[in-house]
Amino acid sequence: MISQEVKKILFEGDKKVATRNAYGEKLAEIGEVNKDIVALDCDLSKSTMTALFARKFPERFFNMGIAESNMMSVAAGLATMGKIPFASTFGVFASKRACDQVSASIAYPGLNVKICATHTGLAVGEDGATHQAIEDVAIMRAIPGIVVISPSDGTETGKVIEAVIQYKGPCYVRLGRSASPLIFNDDYVFRIGKGVRLFEGNKATIVTAGFTTHICILAAKKLEADGIEVDLINMSSIKPIDEELLIESAKKTGLIITVEDHNIIGGLGSATCEVLSEKHPARVVRMGVKDKFGASGTLSELYEAYGFDESSIIKTVKENILNKIV
Amino acid sequence: MKTNNDKKEIQEDKKEIIDSLKKVANKLRIDVIDMIYNAGSGHPGGSLSAADIITVLYFHFLNIDPKNPQWADRDRFIMSKGHACPIWYAALAEKGYFDKSHLGTLRKINSILQGHPDMKKTPGIDMTTGSLGNGLGVGVGMALAAKLKGKLYYSYILIGCAEHNEGVLWEAALAAAKFKLDNIIAIIDYNKLQLDGYNDEVMPIEPLANKWIAFGWNVLQINGHEIDQIINAIETAKNTKGLPTVIIADTIKGKGVSYMEDKCSWHGKAPSKEEYEQAMKELTG
Repeated sequence: MISQEVKKILFEGDKKVATRNAYGEKLAEIGEVNKDIVALDCDLSKSTMTALFARKFPERFFNMGIAESNMMSVAAGLATMGKIPFASTFGVFASKRACDQVSASIAYPGLNVKICATHTGLAVGEDGATHQAIEDVAIMRAIPGIVVISPSDGTETGKVIEAVIQYKGPCYVRLGRSASPLIFNDDYVFRIGKGVRLFEGNKATIVTAGFTTHICILAAKKLEADGIEVDLINMSSIKPIDEELLIESAKKTGLIITVEDHNIIGGLGSATCEVLSEKHPARVVRMGVKDKFGASGTLSELYEAYGFDESSIIKTVKENILNKIV
Repeated sequence: MKTNNDKKEIQEDKKEIIDSLKKVANKLRIDVIDMIYNAGSGHPGGSLSAADIITVLYFHFLNIDPKNPQWADRDRFIMSKGHACPIWYAALAEKGYFDKSHLGTLRKINSILQGHPDMKKTPGIDMTTGSLGNGLGVGVGMALAAKLKGKLYYSYILIGCAEHNEGVLWEAALAAAKFKLDNIIAIIDYNKLQLDGYNDEVMPIEPLANKWIAFGWNVLQINGHEIDQIINAIETAKNTKGLPTVIIADTIKGKGVSYMEDKCSWHGKAPSKEEYEQAMKELTG
């Protein structure tokens, strides 16, 4: 069930926003007040939505061409001068093409670069596997010192952008192409390292972040209608992760289901296992992309085919609750 | 108007400057051999080829304050060929950024002098490097920031010739030209050798000057061991407006130690005791 306290921060109504749009709008808005912010893009500004910033502040926007590695180097150089560079491209390129520069030139010297990558996960849809980032969280999480955040809706995205500007150091923000329903209203407070429990129950814990969060909300509602109450944790701060909340919930339910639009190796599921296996061993079932590349299709077709759509989540929760009793 | 006497004086002044810089370069070469011998590993070849360039930058051009390494308006220097850092550390110690006793700790645990440059550990280091090809792009970022802030400092980037194998270097070259970054001065330590052999065997990069010209750069070619040529080239670069300058400096890997010169085997190893003694004899002789 949803507590009265949580209800206060939930968006009422039916509005869909893509997190990339929320990012572009927030960046253009904050650019007015924070003149240290600069933005870089690799010929994708109309897709990552940094074009909104570029239109308002052309002198603070650098189109680096289709050269992601160099964009990260240039962002590092700008950061050494006290600028706050927002470097944007698709998640596949930010994490894989530019991995060396992100690690050696941004993370190792601890430079204040904000990598805001869009088009992550199978939710990209029709463009197919080469454009669906399913390893980005694993890669970024493994690089020392990078904060990894996967906001779950447009409102949270805006809050995350504000938070990463306040935070000094490298951050990776995982954004999406497709629109999804707003979850939070403006009273929601995002803090790096903190998750938020959207539903409360004791049968199981669902941990999710990013585009899958709204699907997990639908699943939790249906489970509740079937008399199965679960904890649903929105863990947008994947690194640092909210260990306390995970442990507390695992102690209560004894069963964790992680749901992510990412390879189950190295992402939110792995991060959850790392915490619980060391601090409170409990059964963790990882839902997401099961070590396969993506494909073309609509996002709902893909989520169903890869087994983490709403009905798969409900089924997995129910089956594992039965296993738990046995 | 300058009289003949004035000209003569200027020439004598210049000769004095050149002679004193030569002495510094030799001193730094001695430090390099000492450091790498003590460390038991390191990259002598590329450190020695860059010795004269580093000397001219640090003891003639760079607008820096060793007592205030983070001074905002300082010139920036990036050693993109990070493995040649012993020569950089020697120059920084000589300038007074840190005590010379640190030189003996190169590559050792808890040292401020890492195997490759680390801006968080070593005073005077403006950028962490080590993964080849990345320095120029960082310099582009520094130069863009200078333009945005209306600052007049220069960003100098020392590039190894084999870094031209890295695609990202060319991405950075395109970007510097696009943004007309005349506050960037790239210097190529063109010693023609890399770890596995000559550039021509491993991956040919010629015609190098033509490549940079085609990428929209002002290109100067000099002998990278002739102090006056290095000085003149950097002066020309600073007076060039509207486009970035690259100075292609012909150098000899291992320059100054006879048995190391033009030998790729001296890319990344320390001298033995006998080799060390011979090197010292040659450099101090």
